[in-house]
Amino acid sequence: MSRPLIEARDVRVTFDIRRPSDLPWTPPAQLHAVNGVSFSLEPGQTLGIVGESGCGKSTLARALIRMLPASGQVIWEDGTDLLTLSPRQMLKYRSQIQMIFQDPLASLNPRMTVGDIIAEPLRTHRPGMSSKERKEKVRSVMERVGLLPNQINRYPHEFSGGQCQRIGIARALVVEPKLLICDEPVSALDVSIQAQVIGLLEELRRDLGLTIIFIAHDLSVVKHLSDEVMVLYLGRMMEKACSDELFADPRHPYTQALLSAVPIPDPKIEKTKQVIPLEGDLPSPMAPPKGCVFRTRCPKTQAVCETVPEDRLRGDHHTACHLADQGVEA
Amino acid sequence: MVIDSQKMKSLAEATSREDVAGRSLWADARRRFFSNKAAMFGLVLLVFVTLFALFGNYIAQWSNEEIDFSVMGMVAEQGGPSIANGHYFGTDDLGRDLFARTVQGTQISLAVGIIGSAIAVVVGTIYGATAGYFGGRLDNFMMRAVDILLAIPYMFVLILLLVMYGRSITMLFVGVGLISWLEMSRIVRGQTLTLKGREYIEAARAIGVPAPVIIRRHILPNLIGVVTVFATLLVPNMILTESFISFLGLGVQEPMTSLGALISEGSGTISYGTLWQLAFPLLFFVLTLFGFFFVGDGLRDALDPKDR
Repeated sequence: MSRPLIEARDVRVTFDIRRPSDLPWTPPAQLHAVNGVSFSLEPGQTLGIVGESGCGKSTLARALIRMLPASGQVIWEDGTDLLTLSPRQMLKYRSQIQMIFQDPLASLNPRMTVGDIIAEPLRTHRPGMSSKERKEKVRSVMERVGLLPNQINRYPHEFSGGQCQRIGIARALVVEPKLLICDEPVSALDVSIQAQVIGLLEELRRDLGLTIIFIAHDLSVVKHLSDEVMVLYLGRMMEKACSDELFADPRHPYTQALLSAVPIPDPKIEKTKQVIPLEGDLPSPMAPPKGCVFRTRCPKTQAVCETVPEDRLRGDHHTACHLADQGVEA
Repeated sequence: MVIDSQKMKSLAEATSREDVAGRSLWADARRRFFSNKAAMFGLVLLVFVTLFALFGNYIAQWSNEEIDFSVMGMVAEQGGPSIANGHYFGTDDLGRDLFARTVQGTQISLAVGIIGSAIAVVVGTIYGATAGYFGGRLDNFMMRAVDILLAIPYMFVLILLLVMYGRSITMLFVGVGLISWLEMSRIVRGQTLTLKGREYIEAARAIGVPAPVIIRRHILPNLIGVVTVFATLLVPNMILTESFISFLGLGVQEPMTSLGALISEGSGTISYGTLWQLAFPLLFFVLTLFGFFFVGDGLRDALDPKDR
């Protein structure tokens, strides 16, 4: 087995929440946005991260690139723990990890030309590059992601959403990163444009050998793209397995409920399909339920759920549920 | 109709080969500004006043220091505006040429306004952007300092400064500069806070762009709109402040003068029938203020079209 490109061990992100009514010496309340997430990702693989809003997907991504303080370990392929590096040391790794953001237009500075936007990582990480080389490089990347290189002097507001996302992808690829983190890159786009952008990402992954962490709340998108899928709920891992297995045989009741909610583009099947409804709202992350965090909404909750669920492991299939191996049908 | 496909192809190739010029937000704003009638009117006023301040002395028949002894003592009867004796705007109480005095006053007033505003732009922008971008304790400390300074009645301090260190034009610049940046730093800080949350700033941080470069490359260009508008509207306020101080008799000192000082003199002699001594300085004062306010409003509409 080859060495993983990136390995996260027990990553936790905790925010201190101060209420206005608190006195200065009251200890702040703690919000565990990401709680003990681990995964390892081999070069060329794609990890999909799914979960509903507020479950810590984006927080996890930001923690990996040190945009948020986190505890635990994030081991890069050369054995360094990214979380212990100083900002200056981290700079070396930033060019190898690039990110694509959710809102394509908002992630581009409206006062800069597309050429300047795409060249920004080059200016930061390859300061020795001449402006002519830089321009050449920007043009070739633009062509690579399906933009006309002669649009280099245009401004972001002159492009459509899909084109803006291509600009974002070009900016991420210009420094030839090894790992690409996509934070819901298609959820702000039309369905037809989504397909194009996902097609582009697939093509790039194949041609450039990219490793991708793909965050989405759309399961069908994740299924299409990922080798491995991780399901998050309230900042905790619910289930992690290789994509085919997870979609064919979901073991965690939460995953089962999520999958049953995916619409099937065939009215006949859609009518007969059984949806597992999840009742109630997401519990407050400030006061998560004791034991299994999902038990307040779980259709199969039992007394045993009040203790911490054990991580059931069958092959590579992790499930944080007591029921996972008991063959309970959905 | 048959279209020559060969020609169309070569045309398409030609258009895709050449770099397309982008239409920047600045270009859009410029177009909106120049099509705004009120703003253009204001701009014309400002150009007129500026030309008057810069080149008025070449038209004047008298210098601003000379006393015309032929009208001295009979200002009310003979000192009125006349082309024959070269006093286009008449003379002041002492028999000095009011045209030359108004030119001088406009120069000083414009200088006070523009310098005060320039200090506000430089100091206020850097201070506010720093506080807003770094946030936390530093922000708290910096902005509380501004709050404290704003709580001090500035007119009182300004008057004290002028009384203590003598009434000089430098002191006036210092005093006006000291107060003008406070409001600006608040506005810039607020704007920076909203900009800081934008995704492109996050993207830049993820890339690893150092903080000073983010401020320079991403925050400042997006602040310029707000800053320009506020600076343009600050100029007339500075002129008003200076005029008020001068009206109280504490501003610029003779033989220097400002529009405020001239208005003060003019209003003092109004009961002797020398109305022109008030009217001409007041006219230029009003024109300048109108010009700046119109241009400022036009800039705001042009730079921030969503705000209307």
